[in-house]
Amino acid sequence: MALLEVDDLSVTFARRNQRAVHAVDGVSFSVDAGEVVGLVGESGCGKSVTSLAIMGLLPKQPGLRVGGKAVFDGTDLLQLDDRSRRDIRGRDIAMIFQDPLSSLNPVIPIGLQVTEVLTRHRGMKGDAAAKEAAQLLDRVGIPDPKRRLKEYPHQLSGGMRQRALIAMAVACQPRLLIADEPTTALDVTIQAQILELLKDLVRDSGTALVMITHDLGVVAGMCDTINVLYGGRVVETARRRPLFREPRHPYTVGLLGSVPRLDAGRGEKLNPIPGSVRDLLPWADGCAFAPRCTRRVDACVGQPPELVLAHDGRSYRCVNPAPVPGLTPAEAAPVTVAGAADVPVADEPPAPAAGPVPAPREEEKP
Amino acid sequence: MSDSDVLVQVRDLKVHFPIKRGVLFDRTVGHVKAVDGVDLSIPRGKTYGLVGESGCGKSTLGRALLQLTPPTAGEVSFDGVELTTLAPGKLRAMRKRMQMIFQDPMSSLDPRQNVESILTEGLQAHGIGGNREGRRKIISETLDKVGLPRWALSRYPHEFSGGQRQRIGIARALVLGPELIVADEPVSALDVSIQAQVVNLLDDLQDSLGLTYLVIAHDLAVVRHISDTVGVMYLGALVEEAPSDRLYTEPLHPYTRALMSAVPVPDPDVEDRRERILLAGDLPSPANPPAGCRFHTRCPWAQPTRCADERPALREIGGSRVACHFAEQIATGELRPHKVSAEIVRPEGEGEEPGVVSAPSEPGSFV
Repeated sequence: MALLEVDDLSVTFARRNQRAVHAVDGVSFSVDAGEVVGLVGESGCGKSVTSLAIMGLLPKQPGLRVGGKAVFDGTDLLQLDDRSRRDIRGRDIAMIFQDPLSSLNPVIPIGLQVTEVLTRHRGMKGDAAAKEAAQLLDRVGIPDPKRRLKEYPHQLSGGMRQRALIAMAVACQPRLLIADEPTTALDVTIQAQILELLKDLVRDSGTALVMITHDLGVVAGMCDTINVLYGGRVVETARRRPLFREPRHPYTVGLLGSVPRLDAGRGEKLNPIPGSVRDLLPWADGCAFAPRCTRRVDACVGQPPELVLAHDGRSYRCVNPAPVPGLTPAEAAPVTVAGAADVPVADEPPAPAAGPVPAPREEEKP
Repeated sequence: MSDSDVLVQVRDLKVHFPIKRGVLFDRTVGHVKAVDGVDLSIPRGKTYGLVGESGCGKSTLGRALLQLTPPTAGEVSFDGVELTTLAPGKLRAMRKRMQMIFQDPMSSLDPRQNVESILTEGLQAHGIGGNREGRRKIISETLDKVGLPRWALSRYPHEFSGGQRQRIGIARALVLGPELIVADEPVSALDVSIQAQVVNLLDDLQDSLGLTYLVIAHDLAVVRHISDTVGVMYLGALVEEAPSDRLYTEPLHPYTRALMSAVPVPDPDVEDRRERILLAGDLPSPANPPAGCRFHTRCPWAQPTRCADERPALREIGGSRVACHFAEQIATGELRPHKVSAEIVRPEGEGEEPGVVSAPSEPGSFV
């Protein structure tokens, strides 16, 4: 049985006199013990709200509705009361946030912030806690940890702050770690250090890790299973290699075509996805990605696309997926957005993705 | 290369910012050497990419090149005209030939100006286009070039998505018909799919208008994608400069190697195979850079001789320019990397020993 099973999670923010925002609209995924699972998507796809909802960290405000289930080790996290949720948070499930400066308290020394977790969940006090905290800082690669304990967050560099945050997260050896864009605020060389650290921690302790990021490169090097999110729903789930080798959902194909690669030559054109994330269709009316999709057919609009289960734990939510190369001669078209143009498309002709940047489509006034 | 082909020539450019202390009398207690002796030249119609981590001085270099930040020393010649000594009036006239695209499209566009007003301002300041009708015509053409619809003219920045805002920023730079565009992190605030649209747009504009770019970015993959030549900066100086393909296939400077190996590639096979060179520690403070080679404190190849006491100059090795004493030996594998332990680096302005600064002793002492 999976360690964490998120089933049909939905988060809606409603405000008076305004349209409700479906930030997360039926997300389902599962995390096995010791597995590294990636949630990938662009801003606004609901990846962060998903993690906050699982942790119960969404601000309690009128109009917030959280639906669905998030079963962690047999208990539904969404049904817990605050007290028992606080017991689980930090001990069994911990979280690493994007910006270490704003998630550390600026007026409390690092040491106190680390020992707080130890006191709360492991009942350690005084010298024992301080010693353990120093060991934790040492484990995440902070030099001279005893001295660092007395320091304040502003005295540490960005990479060191993120390390301190990771030390706090792993203090109780949680079984699940959720990392929300842990390296986005950092430079590449520091990012490499932090990713390496996370990999080591996961390997040594058997902690399951949910990695939330927009960077496909980070995902490629770390995750076992990857969920691609769009418009608040998982559009494709696959193991790491199949996803990058043969992406099926047109959005995944588009994302991979948009990223400039370090090992590609100068002058190779990128294949961007036309339009922007604002061109969204509500899932109830069809596929949210349809307005930007180059493989759109009539069946895309009208009703939401069903989740198609393929072999090898792979699934995608698309009625006209990109063909797998070498599957059948008829379907052997290359898996690129440009190649999609010669597949008969019933609806409008697709925008020539390889040509100049398509003009953004007309957007309604907000 | 003949001189007429070079649009921008920078010689020994330095930008030092004073560090001031004191309440009544501002004492200068030191300098942050943001840019400390950079030479580069950008051929007409080409793209020069500048990469480096935050704090390495790449943005300051771009701003100093356009004279937006006055350089402390050095020369910048643009199409044969020396900019550092140019009279303010003449400099102003030159500015229409060199424009800038900023990182964050939201904060670099005035929220209370509509797009037409944003685009007209530059034209008016430089007296281009004559009357209102003439300016309208230029603006409409520019909108077409950047792929914005005509109805955008009467709208305000908040009504656009991030990618479209960046297009407005590009249109504002283009409307004056510049030759050089300095793009400071033009795509880093954008989503991946939008990033690709803007990168392609910049590429297309260069092809159709013959623009010269200086692209400043921290994303090595983006820079490699759009640049002809790439310069790698570390602590205010260039450590390596090479044609972009060569830089990728044969990085010579240890820092470039580390940087290359740190960039994640969206391909599991590549990710699993490659060898990472992990740098220990953080970027040293530019207020107090290490003596000798600036990189020697973090360099896995650092040698006891020369590295710590002699600052390497850029020298030519097979088409690249590298600032490393031992580049050849490292390339042939004669020198092997060794382990470096991390040194603690204080964030800027926190030069004191950790024991001393524990808590602000009086209110406002850290302000």
